[in-house]
Amino acid sequence: MAALLEIAGISKNFSGLKAVQNVSFNVPEGAIVGLIGPNGAGKTTCFNLVAGVYRPEAGEIRLAGRRIDGWRPDQICRAGLGRTFQLVKPFAGLTVMENVVVGALKQSHSVRAAKQIAARVVEQLGLQSKCHEPAGSLTLPDRKRLEVARALATAPRILLLDEVMAGLRPTETDRMVGLFKDLNARLGLTILMIEHVMRAVMALSRHVVVLHHGQVIAAGAPGEVTRDPAVLECYLGEDAL
Amino acid sequence: MRAPWLDGAPSREIILLCLLLAALILFPALANDYLITVLILIFYFAYVGQAWNLMMGFAGQLSLGHALYVGLGAYAAAALYVHFGISPWLGLWVSVAVAAGTGGLIGFLAFRFGVAGVYFAILTIAFAEFARLAFDHWSWVGGSAGFFLPVANYAKNDLVNLRGSPTMFYYVLLAMTVGAFLVCHALLRSRAGYYWLAIRESPEAAQALGINLFRYRMYVVVLSAAMTSLGGVVFAFYYNNLFPEQVFHISRSIELILAPIIGGIGTLFGPIIGAFLLTALAEGLDEIMRTAGLDIPGVKQIFYGVCLLVVVMFLPDGVWPPLAKVLQLDGQRGQDQPGC
Repeated sequence: MAALLEIAGISKNFSGLKAVQNVSFNVPEGAIVGLIGPNGAGKTTCFNLVAGVYRPEAGEIRLAGRRIDGWRPDQICRAGLGRTFQLVKPFAGLTVMENVVVGALKQSHSVRAAKQIAARVVEQLGLQSKCHEPAGSLTLPDRKRLEVARALATAPRILLLDEVMAGLRPTETDRMVGLFKDLNARLGLTILMIEHVMRAVMALSRHVVVLHHGQVIAAGAPGEVTRDPAVLECYLGEDAL
Repeated sequence: MRAPWLDGAPSREIILLCLLLAALILFPALANDYLITVLILIFYFAYVGQAWNLMMGFAGQLSLGHALYVGLGAYAAAALYVHFGISPWLGLWVSVAVAAGTGGLIGFLAFRFGVAGVYFAILTIAFAEFARLAFDHWSWVGGSAGFFLPVANYAKNDLVNLRGSPTMFYYVLLAMTVGAFLVCHALLRSRAGYYWLAIRESPEAAQALGINLFRYRMYVVVLSAAMTSLGGVVFAFYYNNLFPEQVFHISRSIELILAPIIGGIGTLFGPIIGAFLLTALAEGLDEIMRTAGLDIPGVKQIFYGVCLLVVVMFLPDGVWPPLAKVLQLDGQRGQDQPGC
């Protein structure tokens, strides 16, 4: 079975710094794949290549069989890819609800229908009590939730999550994990997640890709990967076990 | 910048607006000619301010050359009327087309080649300056000596050719101001309105949600240019004279953005409140100076500067948002509607 997202040999340099080098991995339809690695490993750059913020200098990216490398972010979104930003980018002057409506308007050209979609998503993320507050007044965990809500409102086939658990309390993390599990099981939503919170990675992903210095150094089940000597050396350290 | 225009305006707001509108409709019957001309000025600034606000306040694209669209609209309709006797009601379509086309060209150059922010603003100034120089040397429309419309006989109103008394212009501009308000109100509740606000707040996030930045920025620039040009048409037929050095001058571009800035950028009432405050106070100042027998050149500009300073320092969101709160007209949506 062809994977929903196929990444084949992509590379990106930033004025000489090889941020991503010849990275290849697949995300099968319906899977939850974790992308981990130490700070500066190239995870977010990898995301930005997939989401169209940067154009890869080499390699191919396919979404549902169609080549999307070189497309603009809005085209890639319309092709069915939703993403969150690690450094959250809420529409600060708009309310939480309005933020999510903007995302929902990708699904429906009617504002009325978009509001109904948005209301459901806001509730799913537990933001309903804050739905008329300006997004700029939210706390960081709520802003992370809003990032997810906005991306979900576009009804993506694949969701790219960039450290949405960071800064959440363990109970909040568990709640978010539960939400993604549910979306994955019920709607078949495919997820590619960058995550430092191992608790979340272990709970969600059956497949993990480890990036270091812009290269894939290991891939496999989380249990195997965390025992991989190369991974232990670069990232987790002896103490982590 | 809150957004007090989404989700069902409270009836209190609508009642107050209707009362205000009724007062303005009856106003010419009670007021003298001087007050009518002041109101004409207020409506003009409210109208073009609303058009500019659409672009800056809602989509975050700063134009400092909006006098360009006023001038193009004014010259196009005036030239067609003077040279061919074409009614301004037909001429305005040419004005709109010329202004929209020029706005589209500026937008295309800017958004296609990634000219944004301050550089975009400079580009808009540059185009206004090009137009000023070009019209200075274009003898068909009078060049630098100016272009004049035949002065009307104020005894008889000719709405078809926009020749008539200030009262006629009063109603034309009142209709335009109300129309611009309603159009902007509707636009903001539309898909495009949400997309513009998203682009204003964060272009990257907007793009990640599937919004074609180029397309929606082009829409707003073309729309704002077209709306502004209609202000120019009325301007030409009201003043009956056009000088490139005045019409396209950067001071005109600045003058027409003061009302929305002082009233509140990104609000629907801001340009209107701002135009009322600025024009009424400036005219009041004029009156005081005249009574006192003082003649200080540039006092109006200094007054504008002081107003701007006060607003920037004490009311960074403009006059309208705090005023709306005091008048309890900011919707209070959160309290009215439980949940979402």
